[in-house]
This record gives sequence, structure tokens and C-alpha cells, in this order.
Amino acid sequence: MSKTYSINRRDFIKYTGLTTAGLAFGFYISSAGKLIAQDVKTVFSPNLWLQIDKDGIVTITMHRSEMGQKVWTALPMIVAEELEADWSKIKVVQGNLNEEFGSQVTGGSASIRTSYDKLRKAGATAREMLILAAAIEWGVERETCFAENGYILNSVTDNKLSYGQLIDRANTLPIPKKVTLKDPKDFKIIGKSIKSLGEASKIDGSLKYGYDLQFPGMLTAMVIHSPVVGGKVNSFDSIETLKVSGIQKVFQISSGIAIVGEDTWSILEGQKKIKIEWMPGDNKDLSSETISETFKNALSKKSEIVLEKGDFTDEYNNSETRLEAIYEAPYLDHATMEPVNCTAKIENGFCEVWVPTQDPAGAFEEVRKITGFPKKNIKIITLKSGGGFGRLHAVDYVRDAVEVAMQIKVVVKVIRTREEDIKNGTYRPATINQVKSGLDKNGMPTSWFNRISGPDNVHHWFITGGSDDLPYEIPNIQIDYVRSKIDIPVGPLRSVGHIQNAFVNECFIDELANLANQDPFEYRRSLMKNNARQLKVLEVVAEKADWKGRNNNNKFYGIASHYSFQSYAAMVAEISINSKRKMKINRIICAIDCGLVINPDGVRAQVESGVALALTAALFGEITFKDGKIQQSNFHNYKLIKMNQMPQIETYIIPSYEAPTGAGEPPVPPTAPALANAIFAATGIRHRSLPIIKYAPNLI
Amino acid sequence: MKEITFIINGEKKSLVVDPKMKLLWFIRDILGLTGTKYSCGKSLCGTCMVHIDGKAVNSCSTIVSKIDGKTITTIEGLSKNVDHPLQSAWVKEEVSQCGYCQPGQIMKAAELINKIPKPTDDDIDKHMSKVLCRCGTYNRIRKAIHTAAEVS
Repeated sequence: MSKTYSINRRDFIKYTGLTTAGLAFGFYISSAGKLIAQDVKTVFSPNLWLQIDKDGIVTITMHRSEMGQKVWTALPMIVAEELEADWSKIKVVQGNLNEEFGSQVTGGSASIRTSYDKLRKAGATAREMLILAAAIEWGVERETCFAENGYILNSVTDNKLSYGQLIDRANTLPIPKKVTLKDPKDFKIIGKSIKSLGEASKIDGSLKYGYDLQFPGMLTAMVIHSPVVGGKVNSFDSIETLKVSGIQKVFQISSGIAIVGEDTWSILEGQKKIKIEWMPGDNKDLSSETISETFKNALSKKSEIVLEKGDFTDEYNNSETRLEAIYEAPYLDHATMEPVNCTAKIENGFCEVWVPTQDPAGAFEEVRKITGFPKKNIKIITLKSGGGFGRLHAVDYVRDAVEVAMQIKVVVKVIRTREEDIKNGTYRPATINQVKSGLDKNGMPTSWFNRISGPDNVHHWFITGGSDDLPYEIPNIQIDYVRSKIDIPVGPLRSVGHIQNAFVNECFIDELANLANQDPFEYRRSLMKNNARQLKVLEVVAEKADWKGRNNNNKFYGIASHYSFQSYAAMVAEISINSKRKMKINRIICAIDCGLVINPDGVRAQVESGVALALTAALFGEITFKDGKIQQSNFHNYKLIKMNQMPQIETYIIPSYEAPTGAGEPPVPPTAPALANAIFAATGIRHRSLPIIKYAPNLI
Repeated sequence: MKEITFIINGEKKSLVVDPKMKLLWFIRDILGLTGTKYSCGKSLCGTCMVHIDGKAVNSCSTIVSKIDGKTITTIEGLSKNVDHPLQSAWVKEEVSQCGYCQPGQIMKAAELINKIPKPTDDDIDKHMSKVLCRCGTYNRIRKAIHTAAEVS
């Protein structure tokens, strides 16, 4: 077994005089960027993204957060491609928080887009060094050597050396500053079907999510939060709780009462006996009705501009045919399958945190704020999560864990029940949109107005995002927003503002098409002559759905397309109404252009999960308030779509050599409007408010 | 407190327990087998699915005294080398995304193909709709069950 010594880079150079990747035998750079001495095995690691050992095993560090979107596979594919690695010899390790990785925020469908170039360079750098190492080994010109599938080969002599055989010599070489990247047309791994990494551990019970962590001597805790949103503890009585077997401690933290026990069952039993008196605070009279009224009234207040083009008011007032509508969407909870959790250990002025997070730097900052510890005394360990969808950007659950850990002497895992998770989320904000449009004598819109009304406790993009991504060539546009003080915690939910604004854009354009007596597909098409990529996904999806051949013979179709996070997506929803007048969603057909695709099956999977999330929201999703309390508590009143409700999904990826963009969020926005437009085709009823189960319960 | 004796994943055990403890927490916290997951605690989602004498049950709503004298299988005990036909099919069809619900999905599917070796789509929907998946892997689960059924 090897011994490891930790030594920082500056000291290493001082002691050894080596300034190249010219690591002497026995040293490598760990994924944390530290030089580690190993006195048995040697590895080659010219940068913190990869290391190769004597057996040719390539260990790639994945620096973002894996939550099912499979960056665990896609990002290593990029490194492996340029490295010309043998995919069967790839291993992946989590890159924990380290400034040298650059941003480690996972969101905005941006992991591939923002990592592509540097991961290519990292792989290419190692490849170049291995080629040079082989050339030196054989005493030949570098130009006669090339890399292929884990080997360096000599084009003249047919000699070959595996990467594992070359690491010692590669370690003596300087790191090249410039490297040639492969021509994408020569890609062998990127864009191809490959076996995803890390799959077995998800299906044999061995993968430890945050909820599963177990350490020797660990305690577990749950925090009881105020039933009224934003309320505070007035007093509590834990006498009976402390008598319950396994309960260790009960105390107050900033968000509520923490119950600490030896195991989960003790805490669940102990919770039943706790008595808490709450000060409800300012939200005690808050209800969904008051929120809706506040947002509606705000429509007539002074607004802030998002986009202004031409003169909307003038054009609208001079139009003979005008349409105006109010659209409404509720608060939504992320409902990750794994309730949020965080494990923390505070000992001797050091804090270690194990956490499913989409923002380890944000978690770090929260820990530093609470503990006051110096930066080098805080460690954040990023875990794979049972779903993120934007929930894990928030640090409320990190705060809970650190505050609990500060009062406990051992490592403590802070978990939640589903009820606590639903009732203490960071919700997708509710919004009301007022839209108006005026048509010319050909029925085409020449003016478009969209005023978004929502809460003021986040950046406006959370409610306006997507409203100005109108692909339609309309000369007079006014998009603005008004905000009101509503103190419900909010956060980004997969596609953020796009999920509502695409609903509004794509349903309203359908309403206009209907008013103008025109086909919804042709109507959209004629309004996006100069938007080639948007037009392409729209045309492909219409073709694959046989839009032109539809005859409404109990198959009804709705179409929608939307641009978000630099990708283009279009959907057609096909529904039927059965003899009991219930709707069945038969198919969702999707065309997506996300530039150059790294993992095609990964893109298909993202479309499937994006559609599932969007349908869940459109059909069932609603967080409602009464007397300041959230009324939903579990999956019986906050429903998720089930297998027998899931449509077939057909995904068509537009082949492209454009820069890679994301697929995590782009499939979400067009789904609900495609569905609502299909429902209109089937029933003649226009749904401007969601969820469907509330406004058309008979359909479900 | 009560002494119970049971076989779990092929191993016989005797332990003194709070008979009212929910089986899920017994499996996870006392036996240390965390492959069986918590997501709702109210038999609404199926992630906690285990087999008691071959029958798939929601362990979150089953009290531990019910396993006295019985045989329990959790996801960890489904196979020795992740090679149950369902597990192989799950890998082949690239089913999992976040993976959190998949142990429950597989345990429920294992009960299905034990009962109905070659299930139809309707059989699958009827049986499997009790297990939720937030990532929407349902169509791939259905395909994987067919794949496993063909192999068995």
C-alpha cells in the first residue's frame, strides 16, 4: 500500500528544482490540485483534469455536479476524445470545490458549453506529451507518431506503446502551451453511442446519496420549520421528546427547532412529542387568492422594460383586430426524489460538509459566514444527488446543517421528511402575464405586448426570462414587468422564467393564429423567416409528427417552439380523448438543436426528463397557500406524473457542428404550450391558467 | 422491545427491536443497507420497495415486527454481481438518470416478472405505476422490463 504525503507546489519546486510537469517518479497532482507523493505507483497528471497510471487507467476529474443529467459521462467524453483514450479504461472521480476548476456552478444547461474548450485542451495536452514521449523513446521524428485508442503508434515502423508504458517519460516533459485539437469530423467518442459511466452503482444499492451517508458515531437530525412561511419560534417544550429512546438533543437554530437523535426512527418518534409555539409573522394572512390579486393589481402599476421595439401602443391602438389575455401560473416545488439534506462536521476549528449541491462555492460561502472559519479550514464535498432541477442552488439546508453541527460534537446528517421538504422549498415563483397583440389585415401580428407580474425577491430574470426570446418577426414589441413584495422563498426551477413565458408566448401565438384562421405551424413559420435554426426545429418536428396530414380523427395536435439557454427546441403534442372523455397524451415529438452533441443518448434522456417535469407541472403542479401555510404535503396532493400517464417521446436531434449548447432545460418550455394547444384542438377550450387538473379536472 | 428472527439477503439474523419501527428505517439505519430509499414515507412513491417472502411491499409503511420469521430481499440482495436480468437490462437500456428511485423500480419489476414472466405493456403499466420517477425514465423502464423478460 502506498503512503501519501501532502506537499504544496511551491515547496516541491524548491526541494526538487523541477518546474515542469516534470514530476519526479512518485509524485502526482491530485484532483484537489495538491502534489501528492506516492512511493509505489507512478501516475502522469499534467493538469487537474486527468491522470494516467501504469496500467493505462485514465482517471478523469468531473468538476460539476451530477444530478442525473449525466455530466458524469459527457464531460469525461470530451477529455477522452482529445486524449484518444480507450473508453473502457476511463474512471471518473468527483472534483470537489477548487478555484482551479473555474466555475463549479451546475445550472443554466451550461456544463458542456462552458467546459468544452478547456476539457478538450486538457485531453489534447496529455495526448501531445504522450506522443512526444513515444517519439523520444523510439528516437524518431514526432511527426511519425500518432495517438489511437490508448496507444501511441508509429506510422513508419508499426511500433506501438500503451499510455501506461509512456507515463514515466511523459512525466519528464514540459507542458506544451499550445496544442492542436481534433477536427470534430474525426471524433470517435463524442457524438457516438457509448456506455454511460457509474450506472451499476445506481442499481445495486451501493451509490451513497447524501440521505444515505453513514459515518462511525454519526448523529442524525431533522429541523422543524415554521408552518407559516417565514414564521419564527416563540417558545418550545422538548421535555417529552427528550424522553423518547434515541433522542440526544433538542435546540433552536435560526430556521426552527432541531431534533438530534441516534437514528431516523428515534427522531420521527421524538417529533411527535415536540411542542412548539410559533410567531407566524407577516405572512399569516397570505393566501393564493391574495397573491393572485396582488399580482393582478400590479399590472396597472409602473413597469420596468425588458424589451422595447417600435411603438407598441400606437400600432396596437390602430389595429382593427386585437386580442388581449391574462395568463397565470402558480408557485411550484422542485420535489427532488431525494429530499434536500446536508451532513456537517465541526471539530477543532475545521468544518467538513458533505452535500448534494449545484453550487459548492455558494455552500462554502454560507459555511464561512456561519462559522467564521478561515477558508483553508472549510471543505465542501460535492455528492451525486437524487435530482436537482435548480433546488440545490440554494443554501438554506446547508445553513441548517452547519448550525446544528455547531452545537454537536460529532458529525451530523440533517435530513427532511417529504412534508418538510415540500413546505420549505425555494419555489418557482407564481406569475401573471398580461398579453396583447394587434393583427394586420392579413392576420399577422404587428404588435406584441407582454407584461409579467410577479414577486420582487429575486432578480427579475426569474420571472421575465424567455419572454424576450420571441422568435417571431413582429415590428412593435413591448415586454415589461411589475413586481410586488411577496415573501415566499423563490429559486430557479429547470428553465427558470422560460417555463411560464414559453407557455404564454406559444399559447398566445396559437390564439392569434386561430383568430386569423390560419394553421398554427404555417403561422409561426411565416413569422420566423430569418431564424434558420428555430425554423429548422419547427419544420422537423412538424414533419415527424405529420402535421400536415393530421385529420383530428381522435388524434389532436398542438405545436410549440422555444429558444432557451442557447438551444432551439420544438415540440408537437399528440393527444386523444377516450370514451370517458379523459385525455391521453399519446406522444410528444421533439426536435432539438443543441449544437454539436457530445452524448446523443444523454440528449434524448434530457428531453425525456424535461418533458416529464414539464408535464407534471402543466397537469398537476401547484403550491397553494392558506393562512400563510403551504397546503401541499406529499405526493398525494403534489402529484408527479406516473408511468401510465407518460407519453411516448420521440426525439430528433438536429446534426450540427455549431458550438455545443445544453439540453437540460431547453426541452421544458415548449412542452406545456404544445399540450395546451393540443387540448384546444381537441376541446375548443383555451387554457391560460395552469395546472390542467385544476381548470379541467374532467380531462385527467 | 421484541426479538425478531429473519433472513435478509440470504443471511439469518436475530435482533431485539422496537416492533413498531418502520421496516425502512430498520433496514437503512440499523442494518446499514441504504440501497432502499426514503422519498415519501406514506406508500405514495415506491422508492422504499423491498420483498417480504417474494412480495413487494413499501417498507416505509410496514412495521418491522412483520418480518419475524420471514425472508427479506433488498436491492443489495437481488444478485451477487449486479447481474440479475433486470439489472443487466437497466444498464443495457441506459435507464437511470439521478438513480434515486431505481432500486424501488427494480424491486417492483422483479416481483412483476416473477409473477408474469412475459408481461405486456398493460401489465407493466398496471404494476409499475405505483413507483414514481421524477426524471421520467418510465419508457426506458418499460423497455428494460421487456429486455429482461426476453433474456429470462
